Amino acid sequence: MSAPPPGPADAPLLRVEHLTMRFGGLTAVDDLSFEAHAGQITALIGPNGAGKTTVFNCITGFYKPSEGMLTLTPPDGGRATLLERLPDFRIAREARVSRTFQNIRLFSGMTLLENLMVAQHNPLMRASGYTLLGMLGIGGFARAERAAIERATAWLDRVGLLHRADDPAGELPYGDQRRLEIARAMCSDPLLLCLDEPAAGLNPRESAALNALLRGIRDDGVSILLIEHDMSVVMEISDHVVVLDYGVKIADGAARAVRDDPKVIAAYLGVEDDEVEAAEAEALQAGEAA
Amino acid sequence: MVMQAASGALAAVSGGRMELFVQQLINGLTLGSIYGLIAIGYTMVFGIIGMVNFAHGDVFMIGSFIALITFVWLSSVLGESAVILSLFIVLVVAMVLTSLWNWTIERVAYRPLRGSFRLAPLISAIGMSIFLANLVQVTQGPRNKPVPPLLTQTITVIDSPVYAVTISYKQIAIMLVTAVLLALFWYLVQRTPLGRAQRACEQDRRMAALLGVDVDRTISITFVMGAALAAVAGVMYMVYYGVVNFNDGFVPGVKAFTAAVLGGIGSLPGAVIGGLLIGLIEVFWSAYFSTDYKDVAAFSILAIVLVFLPSGLLGRPDVEKV
Amino acid sequence: MALKARDAAIEGEAARQGFAEIVKQAAFAALVTLGLCIPLLAIRTDQSLNNQLVLVPRWDAVAIACGLVFLGRIALAYVGRAGSLTGGTTARFHAAGAARPVGKARLASFLRTALLGFVVAFPFIAIWGVGWQGSIKWIDNFGVQILIYVMLGWGLNIVVGLAGLLDLGYVAFYAVGAYSYALLAKNFGLSFWLLLPLSGILAAFWGVLLGFPVLRLRGDYLAIVTLAFGEIIRLVLINWVDFSNGYAGIGGIPRPTFFGIPFNASDDGFAARFGLEFTPLYRTIFLYYVILALALLTAIVTIRLRRLPIGRAWEALREDEIACRALGIDTVNTKLTAFALGAMFGGFAGAFFAARQGFISPESFTFIESALILWIVVLGGMGSQIGVAIAAVVMIGGTELLRELDFLKAVFGQDFDPAQYRMLIFGLAGVMMIRWKPRGLVSTREPTVFLRERKAVSVDLVKEGHG
Repeated sequence: MSAPPPGPADAPLLRVEHLTMRFGGLTAVDDLSFEAHAGQITALIGPNGAGKTTVFNCITGFYKPSEGMLTLTPPDGGRATLLERLPDFRIAREARVSRTFQNIRLFSGMTLLENLMVAQHNPLMRASGYTLLGMLGIGGFARAERAAIERATAWLDRVGLLHRADDPAGELPYGDQRRLEIARAMCSDPLLLCLDEPAAGLNPRESAALNALLRGIRDDGVSILLIEHDMSVVMEISDHVVVLDYGVKIADGAARAVRDDPKVIAAYLGVEDDEVEAAEAEALQAGEAA
Repeated sequence: MVMQAASGALAAVSGGRMELFVQQLINGLTLGSIYGLIAIGYTMVFGIIGMVNFAHGDVFMIGSFIALITFVWLSSVLGESAVILSLFIVLVVAMVLTSLWNWTIERVAYRPLRGSFRLAPLISAIGMSIFLANLVQVTQGPRNKPVPPLLTQTITVIDSPVYAVTISYKQIAIMLVTAVLLALFWYLVQRTPLGRAQRACEQDRRMAALLGVDVDRTISITFVMGAALAAVAGVMYMVYYGVVNFNDGFVPGVKAFTAAVLGGIGSLPGAVIGGLLIGLIEVFWSAYFSTDYKDVAAFSILAIVLVFLPSGLLGRPDVEKV
Repeated sequence: MALKARDAAIEGEAARQGFAEIVKQAAFAALVTLGLCIPLLAIRTDQSLNNQLVLVPRWDAVAIACGLVFLGRIALAYVGRAGSLTGGTTARFHAAGAARPVGKARLASFLRTALLGFVVAFPFIAIWGVGWQGSIKWIDNFGVQILIYVMLGWGLNIVVGLAGLLDLGYVAFYAVGAYSYALLAKNFGLSFWLLLPLSGILAAFWGVLLGFPVLRLRGDYLAIVTLAFGEIIRLVLINWVDFSNGYAGIGGIPRPTFFGIPFNASDDGFAARFGLEFTPLYRTIFLYYVILALALLTAIVTIRLRRLPIGRAWEALREDEIACRALGIDTVNTKLTAFALGAMFGGFAGAFFAARQGFISPESFTFIESALILWIVVLGGMGSQIGVAIAAVVMIGGTELLRELDFLKAVFGQDFDPAQYRMLIFGLAGVMMIRWKPRGLVSTREPTVFLRERKAVSVDLVKEGHG
């Protein structure tokens, strides 16, 4: 296993330590540890059933981990949050971790604009005085709502959906729905954006546009953790890749190093166990010789 | 002499308590058997189409009315002494006609809504429940309908001077029939192709259809089976209580549903176990506390079970995929 | 012959059904009906003088039933054929995200204002139509009664229509409002205007209490548990005689006054004070406007809340609860708010009901009431204010109208009591209505915020909520 790339000197944004998730007799994730650094795109890859979505669900609070620690440290030096103790909505609200879903979960009966407004629920609730001031028409709610609409408009523009702002989300074609879901997650102003297979079902042109979008998000300072099967996306934009197989981490490093790792190849293509050891030994020898 | 009297009284009291307990046990198991049979209908329908058949309690009530009318007519034809024969014929007739009712209800009120949204079948079922109860009220009149007492012979279980514990032929018959039917239907579900088709539809209806299972027919048969059991329960209810009323569908229906949930929705033995438990709780509550709040006890159990143990005793927990 | 059969299969049954096929199906339906009629309809059990059951055959009723089914099935086949060629598809086309043309929007707005005007002027229209004495019945039995249910419908609409929570026990909050008003007014003599908000707050409190343990249940389970709660409250009211007086109910509830002036025939009564002749009509009209104000308050609050973050969160909750949680929304609090608010309006309505009747008993708070209010919300089109109002008018107005149909007595004989058939029709209406219009009368949803134009969302896209 190659060492993780040298990141920024301060604490990593997300530290996963000895994460284990058991469902009855089945261990879906076994003693997983890795780090995701601020300002980077970290990819979590592995064959189907490797436990990637389970890891996501643990990080975002939809599952309670059987064991392990999940620490989120804001890059500006704020207080670290222990994610394994928080319920899902509080992780989103307080730790500022947003996510998208493998099966798109949009509010299909609401318009695109409304979807993005729901994402800004918490600041708007505060501005409306938890509804009381808003009911009476006093307090800065109108101003806050205008600001929220502007933010939503900016994001719709960025994902190229501004012209359909008033259309119901359920009418969008598949690729647009995926982009809308990302825009909606971004409207909740996260520190860490977790994307579950954002490129699933996208054609090459749409994948390229997705890459550009994600790079732009990263350059804005939002870190990304993504699950993906599409290697063109992973290799193109990831700063750091973690590979899982049967719930166990088998590789962790820069994209290119992981791609050539014999264990990873074996996991995806299914090489015999003894062949794996031979290939590993070869790589080790080659490494020592160099 | 005071001591003698006191010890005599004490013996009587403690002795009577045991007898009372056993008697209530018998009564509770009998009542619970009736609930259990109705509960099987709820659990089978919920298992296969994921819907609470709100009208099932009223189907049970219709079964008991059909039994009543048939029995009264048969008594006038066959004579009052041919009770066993009459009851047997009544049982068959009630099962057939009640099944016809439920089959029709499924075809008319539920099947067309199967693709529709979640609330639709529930509303339809509530409407059906109200319709059935009032149909009987309009056609038969709102008053209680009595039958002469049947099968009143009893066997004395515990012969005690304070309180003789008896078990009547009625009660034996009810518990026996329930046990036999449970075994029969359990066998049907677990071992026969029909049961396999049912379980396949429960797990994944679309896949079952793709594999050649006639889903519509399987669902219809499920409704028919549930109705047949409810009809048996209806006959037993008529025999046991001796009076039926058009309103008798609602409360026993909810109690039977509580039994199904308590036992674990989707599980046949669970439904019967749940029924027995509910019957016992109701009888013991009435005997030891008050008859007033016995229905409140049943509804409260329902609420408690749903909140704290939604998968019941024998059911499987339902996990939503994120 | 084989070719014809194959053609029939290819073209689809509705299009190519021959008359013979239809008659065969109708005959089958009539046969099933015959089976269903035996013995429930065929033989009526009556009580003889010594409490024995006497069997009265009624084969004529059976024949009528089978005949009706036979003819009805034939009629349905032809109506269905005509309907499927037109109705179904057009609904899908016109509503889907289409911008409403300006003319149509103006028409809808005009209609709404006209309707509001009619409702406000109703008492005077009634007086003008049927005179002073005759109008009492119309204003009270129709006007006030319908408005109570409109308010209840709008209250439940917040829970079921907006937040998508299946509540089958709404009558519990109605009862809490009514009984708290009755007991507080009788025992402490507080005024109507003080007790009204108090009853609402008490009902809201119960809403939070009952809602808290159960709101994490889904769909049918939430429905059943709320049903259980509703029944528990009714049973407690029946059995806790010391508190609620049981079946006998609570009578002599103080009637509302015109801000302190009583509505009676005395010298400091309303009539005397204003120099008018006494008639009970004044109180009725006053009550009408009070309930109208309450109902409009419910509507205004709901419309405003929909535009605020909480209202949007309710609708998002209905769409997808997990997505809401992923966006940082505290769904438990959101559900509780909906529940409590709905309960509060139910409580207001209950307090008004108690004040208007002067007498309440547990009989008024059965499960059937919850079902009726739910019917109104579902028929209206969940989330739509105007839809719920129309549904309430149709359902309550319809059932009240049944009492007026005295002429039917001439047809069916003096024993015929249409009101007895009220519940029967109610149940049947529920089954038919949910088949005909499962999403309700109003088939679109209005977005609460828009960039360029407010486009109605077709109801096909809107989820109904899973609790």
